[in-house]
Amino acid sequence: MGAPSSTAARPIASAVAPQAARSAPALRRRAVAWLAPLAPWALPVLLVVIWQVAAQVGWLSSRILPEPWAVAKAFWMLAESGELWTHLRVSLWRALAGFGLGAALGLVLGLLNGSSRRAALLLDTTVQMVRNIPALALIPLVILWFGIDEAAKLFLLSVGVFFPVYLNTFHGIRSVDAGLVEMARSYGLSGWALYRDVILPGALPSILVGVRFSLGLVWVLLIVAETISAQAGIGYMTMNAREFLQTDVVLVGVLLYALLGKAADLAARGLERHFLRWNPAYR
Amino acid sequence: MQLHPIETSRVGATHGQGADGQEVRGAHLTLRRLSKQYAGRTVLDEIDLKIVPGEFVAVVGRSGCGKSTLLRAIAGLETPDGGQVKIGGGGTRPEVRMMFQEARLLPWKTVLQNVALGLPDGATAAQVALANVGLCTRTGDWPSVLSGGQRQRVALARALVHQPQLLLLDEPLGALDALTRIEMQQLIEALWRERGFTAVLVTHDVQEAVVLADRILLVEDGRVALDLRVDLPRPRQRGSAAFGTFEQQVLDRVLETHAGGAAAKGACRA
Repeated sequence: MGAPSSTAARPIASAVAPQAARSAPALRRRAVAWLAPLAPWALPVLLVVIWQVAAQVGWLSSRILPEPWAVAKAFWMLAESGELWTHLRVSLWRALAGFGLGAALGLVLGLLNGSSRRAALLLDTTVQMVRNIPALALIPLVILWFGIDEAAKLFLLSVGVFFPVYLNTFHGIRSVDAGLVEMARSYGLSGWALYRDVILPGALPSILVGVRFSLGLVWVLLIVAETISAQAGIGYMTMNAREFLQTDVVLVGVLLYALLGKAADLAARGLERHFLRWNPAYR
Repeated sequence: MQLHPIETSRVGATHGQGADGQEVRGAHLTLRRLSKQYAGRTVLDEIDLKIVPGEFVAVVGRSGCGKSTLLRAIAGLETPDGGQVKIGGGGTRPEVRMMFQEARLLPWKTVLQNVALGLPDGATAAQVALANVGLCTRTGDWPSVLSGGQRQRVALARALVHQPQLLLLDEPLGALDALTRIEMQQLIEALWRERGFTAVLVTHDVQEAVVLADRILLVEDGRVALDLRVDLPRPRQRGSAAFGTFEQQVLDRVLETHAGGAAAKGACRA
């Protein structure tokens, strides 16, 4: 609240020089606002350009690394013929099913062991022992038990996804603020209402960390799972192309995995932004 | 501070009805030989206490000497090792609510939802309670955007929306700055005078005790070492001579324990 003279002066100044409003600082701000979302893409685009140039000039043999344009053409041909969509659909189904099963089991068991000391006493040690067996080292056993069809892949994916979700859910439940639980109990909350209003929301940030980690992990496991003799799927497509030295198709496969992983991460971030919108750290 | 008509009808409706149908505003509180030990150390040593309905009692004492434990035992958050706590006479069970040192608001619920906690269909009552503490414009905010003082006001609204007959306050103003503390004291005093519930305030601030309480208790070595009635007119004037006398009297008594006690028994754990 300045003196009346200064507030009167400001409107006059802007009326006299409207062009001054589009002065240097304002322009710079508009430019930054427009360019800022593009900044993360600057480096990848630069790399692609260097790659294209290197391939065209001849530094890069097309057998080792085909040029971006060739990859794009392969992508287009696969999309047009419908092959791409078939493989994509199969891979997506496997990922969703494996993630769904593993995450659901991890969530349920994590909630159980986190909430009940007795359950944790009985079950947690076993879970920790199994956790330390690398999922991928189980492949020979998995093939023996489940054969080489979908069940084997589903098992591998679920087992891999289970542990991050379980650990983070367990930790989340255990680290709910005891003061909040005490307060809620003294205000008459108990049983399901207490769980729904205090314990679950309190554990949610940790649970979502586990979910986000697993969403990334599922693609890594999928790549390997799809090499256990598949008939369709991105891994199959990639492996097949490798056999026929179609490195551009291999790159299409790799690119697809990268894009799908990024999409899953965006989905996880969206979940966080919605469920944790009360937390200033996530806004 | 005006009483909203919804409030008066709610008070008459379910809560606060004594056996004879009359509105019961404050609850009796009786402690009989209340004892509590922690790891072999006696924190409360057979405390006997009677608090009449509508009385405002402040419990002062050095850090770690049992006053919070006493309050938590009254609230039922701690199980005493001996003796009993009796709240209320006959008739319906009185509502007991507690305010903690931290506001303890659920961060994932809005201010309005926090105040309506534990109250089915409590949105209207919550709105009224928030208006009473001066936060009617912040009902849709998340607790994380509020200041410390505002959060404690929400906690106060949350406690009062249940129309308690006994309100327990565990150093709720300890973490606030001096000016906010004074405003909150005035707010608590005004709401108490209007509603007449029994209040037990635990505080380390002797001045706060003299400002708010009818009766000051000093807890020392697990026993009530001082029971002083403060008969100053309300609202209390901080600067008056009588106020200063009371404050000095209690402060001297609290500090006097340190010289003799600390050397002999070792300092109380904070």
